[in-house]
Amino acid sequence: MNTAAESAVWDALISVTDPEIPVVNIVEMGMVRGVEIEGGRATVKFTPTFSGCPALHVIRQDIERAVAPLGFETIRVETVISPPWSTDDITAPARAKLEQYGIAPPGIAGESDPFVTLELSPVSCPRCGSFDTRMTASFGSALCKRMYVCNACKEPFEGMKSV
Amino acid sequence: MTDLTSEQTQALILRLTVLADDELLLSHRDAEWTGHAPILEEDIALANIAQDELGHAMGWLDLRKTLDGSDPDGLAFRRGPDEFRNSALTELPKGDWAFTMVRQYLFDAYEALWQDAAKASTHTPLAQAAALALREERFHLQHTAAWVERLALGTPESERRTRAALQAVWPYALGLFEPLEGEQAGIEAGLLPDPTQIKARWLPLVTAHLTRCGLTPPGAEPVARGTHTEHLALLLAEFQGVNRQYAEMTAW
Repeated sequence: MNTAAESAVWDALISVTDPEIPVVNIVEMGMVRGVEIEGGRATVKFTPTFSGCPALHVIRQDIERAVAPLGFETIRVETVISPPWSTDDITAPARAKLEQYGIAPPGIAGESDPFVTLELSPVSCPRCGSFDTRMTASFGSALCKRMYVCNACKEPFEGMKSV
Repeated sequence: MTDLTSEQTQALILRLTVLADDELLLSHRDAEWTGHAPILEEDIALANIAQDELGHAMGWLDLRKTLDGSDPDGLAFRRGPDEFRNSALTELPKGDWAFTMVRQYLFDAYEALWQDAAKASTHTPLAQAAALALREERFHLQHTAAWVERLALGTPESERRTRAALQAVWPYALGLFEPLEGEQAGIEAGLLPDPTQIKARWLPLVTAHLTRCGLTPPGAEPVARGTHTEHLALLLAEFQGVNRQYAEMTAW
C-alpha cells in the first residue's frame, strides 16, 4: 500500500513526459521502479532506457522539478539498472498513445540474446493498421526507434525497437 | 557484495578502463561520419551507434568511479595518449565505408560476446551494467554484420574495398583478446571473463560470417594493446579540445 505521501509523488511523476516522445509519461513507460519516503527525503528510483540517451539528464531534472512543490527537504533520483529496462515494461495505455502518435509500439522483447535476427514479429502501420510493412533502417531519430514504410498506404513511420 | 582484494580491484579498474577507452575512441571515429555517410539512413544509424558506445563508455567509467573515486570526465578528457589503454583498432582513422563497417563488425562481435560473458561476473554491478549494454550492442552487431555481407557481395569495387579493410583490420582485431597484465586476479575470482574464452567464441562466429560473405581472414599476428599509432594524439586533440579549453566549466 502506498502512503499518501508516496501517492502524491507518483501523481507528480505522471506529469513528467518523455522529452523525445511527449505523449507518454515516464511512469507508463516503466522508467520509475519505486518511490521511497523517509522523513523529509523523497527517493525516486529511476531506470534509464538506453545508456547513451541524451534525454536522461532532462528526465532527471524534470523529476526533481515535478516533485519539488510537494515540499520535501531533499529529493533524490536514484539510478537502478537491474533488471535492465525493457520495452515489455511499457503499459498498454502507453502503447496505444504511441500508436496514435504515429510510432509503432514495440513487439515482445523477451530474454536478451547477443544475436538478434532480422525483425521477426510483424510491425503494424500506426496510420492504416496494415501489417504489410517493411523496415527501411534499423536505427532512427532516437536511440529507441527504427524506421519503417507501409506498403499498403505508402507512408513512412517510426517503430520502437524491442529491447 | 563480497570484499575485493586490492589485486582484484586493480584488475577490474584496468578492464573497465580498457572497455571505456575503446568505446570512447570508436564512438568518436563513428561520429566523424555524421553529415558524411553515403546515405541519410546510415548517417543516422552510425550516429546512433556512436551514441550507444559513448553511453557504454560512461557506464564503465561510472563503475570505475565506485572502485577508486576517479572522475569520469577527467579520465576521458584530461589524459594524454600514453595513458589511454585502448586497442589501436579503435584509434585508426575512419577510412572508407568498408573500413568503418568491417572494423565495427569485428569489434561489435567481440563486445557483445564479452558483455554476454560478463553477465556472469561475481561483481554484481559489472554483471548488471553488462546486461544493460548487451541489449543495445546486439543491434549494432546485427547492423554491421549485414553491411559486411552487402559490401562483400556487392559490386567489384565494394568487394575490393571490403577485402582490403579486412586485411588491414584483422591483426588489430586479434589484439583485442591479448591478455592484459594484471587482469588475471580478476579472471580467477570470476569477476571478469577470460579473453581467451571470448576469443574461442568470437573466432568461429566471425569466420563463419566472413566465409558466407566470400571473405577469408588473413593469417596474421595480433597487434597487442599498448601499441599506439600516430593517429591517437590527433584524435585526442580534437576529442578533448573543448573540455581542455574550458577546464573550469562545471555545467554545459
